[in-house]
Amino acid sequence: MRAVKTLLASAALATGLSGAAMAQDKTKVGFIYVGPIGDGGYTYEHNQARLAVEEHFGDKVETVYQESVPEGADAERAITQMALSGADLIFTTSFGFMDPTVAVAEKFPDVKFEHATGYKRAENLSTYSARFYEGRVVMGHIAGKMTKTNKIGYIAAFPIPEVIRGINATYLAAQKVNPDVEFSIIWAYTWFDPSKEADAAQALLEQGADVILQHTDSTAPQAAAEKAGNVITFGQASDMAEYKPRPRVTSIIDNWGPYYIDRVQAVMDGTWESHDVWQGIGDGMVEIGEITGLPEDLTKEAEDLRDRVGSGELHAFTGPINKQDGTPWLAEGETASDEDLLTMEFFVEGLTGEIPSN
Amino acid sequence: MDLGQINPLLLLASLMVAATPILLAAIGEAVVEKSGVLNLGVEGMMITGAVVGFAISVNTGNPAVGFVGAALAGAALSLLFGVLVLYLMSNQVATGLALTLFGLGLSSLIGKPYEGVKAPSLARLDIPVLGDIPVLGPILFRHDPMVYVSLIIVAATWFVLTRTRAGLILRGVGENHDAAHALGYKVVHVRLLAIAFGGACAGLGGAYVSLVRVPQWVEGMTAGAGWIALAIVVFASWRPWRVLLGAYLFGGITVLQLNLQAAGAAIPVDILAISPYVVTILVLVIISLRGSHGAPGSLGRIFHATH
Repeated sequence: MRAVKTLLASAALATGLSGAAMAQDKTKVGFIYVGPIGDGGYTYEHNQARLAVEEHFGDKVETVYQESVPEGADAERAITQMALSGADLIFTTSFGFMDPTVAVAEKFPDVKFEHATGYKRAENLSTYSARFYEGRVVMGHIAGKMTKTNKIGYIAAFPIPEVIRGINATYLAAQKVNPDVEFSIIWAYTWFDPSKEADAAQALLEQGADVILQHTDSTAPQAAAEKAGNVITFGQASDMAEYKPRPRVTSIIDNWGPYYIDRVQAVMDGTWESHDVWQGIGDGMVEIGEITGLPEDLTKEAEDLRDRVGSGELHAFTGPINKQDGTPWLAEGETASDEDLLTMEFFVEGLTGEIPSN
Repeated sequence: MDLGQINPLLLLASLMVAATPILLAAIGEAVVEKSGVLNLGVEGMMITGAVVGFAISVNTGNPAVGFVGAALAGAALSLLFGVLVLYLMSNQVATGLALTLFGLGLSSLIGKPYEGVKAPSLARLDIPVLGDIPVLGPILFRHDPMVYVSLIIVAATWFVLTRTRAGLILRGVGENHDAAHALGYKVVHVRLLAIAFGGACAGLGGAYVSLVRVPQWVEGMTAGAGWIALAIVVFASWRPWRVLLGAYLFGGITVLQLNLQAAGAAIPVDILAISPYVVTILVLVIISLRGSHGAPGSLGRIFHATH
């Protein structure tokens, strides 16, 4: 299976890159995607941003991309190929590409690399991420208010800090408005597998959840919820507007376009430097999609919450907060440091179940 | 942990839905391999069936027509493979892999206009009297028609393979194509038909994913189900009823592990997540230990009448 995937990926890579005739004066920008560009979610938004780069720079830029690259060793070869093909700047857009990107960046000191959602940097390797958890505050609030069964289902991808942060942020916001709320979490161990995501949503619905949140990339859970009726969901990474007004009541939209344009410009100007960027609602990297199908007062509350988080007035993790085992984490009024957030590997008090070891 | 939350009836019902795509693809592939051809393009045919079935259903508003179209599309793609390996005698493994790549690319091309579109849903059959039987009714008799079609295909495959002359010829071609040829059987024709049947079944399986299980079109949505189907054929030692067992076992454990997670079972999630694969491998080992594997003698070998 692994060998087959390798074959597939390399063949796909060969076909993907063969069409890219090289022009010397153009800046060549490469993108490594974890899912297909038509996933309707995470990878779709990265690809929209790539198109925004093309539109912004026109003839001055050439972009190439490789979709559905498996995380792990295969990724290293895909990134290497892209660097060998003459890319000046390469965006690797998933957490699991972290070590492969570091390895390739070492071998190609003249190529600039940008890795999304990771924490390992180098002279020619930046990291960038969005504060998705800020959006989770709005979702958690709506979830806590809307649930009748007090059971909220959460489809999580992998037990990594980014996903755990999202669960914690959602739970804290939900529990604030509804102390009885309970979370059922399913670890899907995939970013993209519509069948599995649909099955996971189905399992949660069968056990009484009437709100489904997802941290996976396809719209399959939305479809499952729609079929079940009387369930609300939230768009993940992309607006997932086709499920408006219900079950999807709002969404977290990743808006990478402005950042990508910025970085490509920096490479063109020769001003590119390695950095670490983590932007949220306030910077526009995270957007909250239109709120639909909710009572008017709740819509207002949610919008107000969005604005307060965006302005920095409200932090998603404001004490007092204890860890799951009851040990204190944040004191009254204290807010979490970025360091704490980036390495978060614990649940907050009130959540049940254990985080699987990664 | 509250395992009482898991409703075994709902679990069994969703097991059947989760298993149907791989069951359809695997039973088709079993027939292909029984005829001595190894077609690794199952994933490509499934995904093509998924997109074509979806597109036709959306345009006609009729899922049944979509399923027929998906079967035809899967068969058409498989015939491409058939012509390459049977007439041009290309390597079956390489051609099968190419078919998967081709299917994935073709499907995303066809599927572009259908992203985010919703499919007409396939009504469940509420079989009047049987559906009301307590306990068994909801599990067995309240599914969409395709679940029953898949079971009928398994039964028919078993019957044809083991109880009819046509099945005997097909098995003969798969066991020893030279001998079958010497007896005057048209090896290439038999294999071409088997390949078309396999393609049609894979197409149906794919359409089941896009029209019932998920239901919508998402690029790459079969996400490896075709490879699982290939494994299940080996698991089943090329026997139709064991294909059913394998598919339901795999589908069942997949659904069960998700339900256990949702119920907060105190079993480490890592173990739950790998359990479908572990159990499949274990059963495979146990079957192998008993000796008879039943792999067709000419499986994967190129047939040329003059050799």
